[in-house]
Amino acid sequence: MSTTAQTAPGTAAPSYYDLDEHEHPPGASTMLGFWLYLMSDCLIFAMLFAAYGVYGGSFAGGPGPKELFELPLVAVNTTMLLLSSITYGFAMLNADEKNKAATLRWLGVTGVFGAAFLAIELYEFSNLIHEGAGPWRSAFLSSFFTLVGTHGLHVTFGIIWLVTLMVQVARRGLEPANLRRLQCLSLFWHFLDVVWIGVFTFVYLLGVLR
Amino acid sequence: MSAETHGHGPNHGQGHDHAHHDAHDHHGGAAHGSRREYWIGFILSVLLTAPAFALVMTGIIPDPRVTAGIVIALALVQIVVHMIYFLHMNTKSENGWTMLALIFTAIIVLIVIAGSLWVMYHMNLNMMPGMQMEQSSGGM
Repeated sequence: MSTTAQTAPGTAAPSYYDLDEHEHPPGASTMLGFWLYLMSDCLIFAMLFAAYGVYGGSFAGGPGPKELFELPLVAVNTTMLLLSSITYGFAMLNADEKNKAATLRWLGVTGVFGAAFLAIELYEFSNLIHEGAGPWRSAFLSSFFTLVGTHGLHVTFGIIWLVTLMVQVARRGLEPANLRRLQCLSLFWHFLDVVWIGVFTFVYLLGVLR
Repeated sequence: MSAETHGHGPNHGQGHDHAHHDAHDHHGGAAHGSRREYWIGFILSVLLTAPAFALVMTGIIPDPRVTAGIVIALALVQIVVHMIYFLHMNTKSENGWTMLALIFTAIIVLIVIAGSLWVMYHMNLNMMPGMQMEQSSGGM
């Protein structure tokens, strides 16, 4: 701390100045910064949820959620994402214990669950499009594809990031910079799971109910 | 001021003391979880997700509004569970700034979603097809 007290002539109260910047270790503000990014990402999803909320009932004479959504498939998808969340947690615990091999193994398992999630979602999308229920069919389907597709795109980039980090960890080990990156991805990955709770509840479950 | 006093979460030092120093000097104060925490979070998530799907898929409650209410309540609880056990949210990490950012975001999200639904619902109500016909027939 380098706070300097200077008493100006003629005044009794000393004024304090911070002359030097504090010492910041590299990456000290990364986690807060990444959290703020996630919060702004949260706002993107809020807009898309709001759009879906407004257009979710505008079928334009086309098929509605009851005819289109297959809940068993969504349940499997939800399971995949939830399993990938806990396996990522195991990867982080092993990274904290400096166990490189186990970290890589759990990251790999997480990636497989993430890829399974994406595969099921793409299968669902292609089924919908083959049934003639593509995003062009109605406002309901446009907002559905935008919301769920944006989430899927996030998962895609999460997987790319995950593979990149696996290469980094394999080549350079669990050094501080890599640990920090793993923590950022951890937040990102769990955040996507939180968004998915909103998707399966408000889009799929409530869609089938309405 | 050292990084150690810089607002670490309360979960520190549980089960990974030997990795404590080299790992923690560099990531400015985000909290970590323990194996137990991840398992609690996972089991709670399963216990909150499965009933939601079961209720909708079996349709065991005849009134869909009651089912919808329960499903929404389960989702809200699950979001909190994920925040605590997977994202390790607490009021201490980063000196409370993460929590402050989260609360701010939650307020904006609430305003955006509730506001959009409210405004658009009333706009639809006021632009009912019947009303437009009345107006046009009155004008002719």
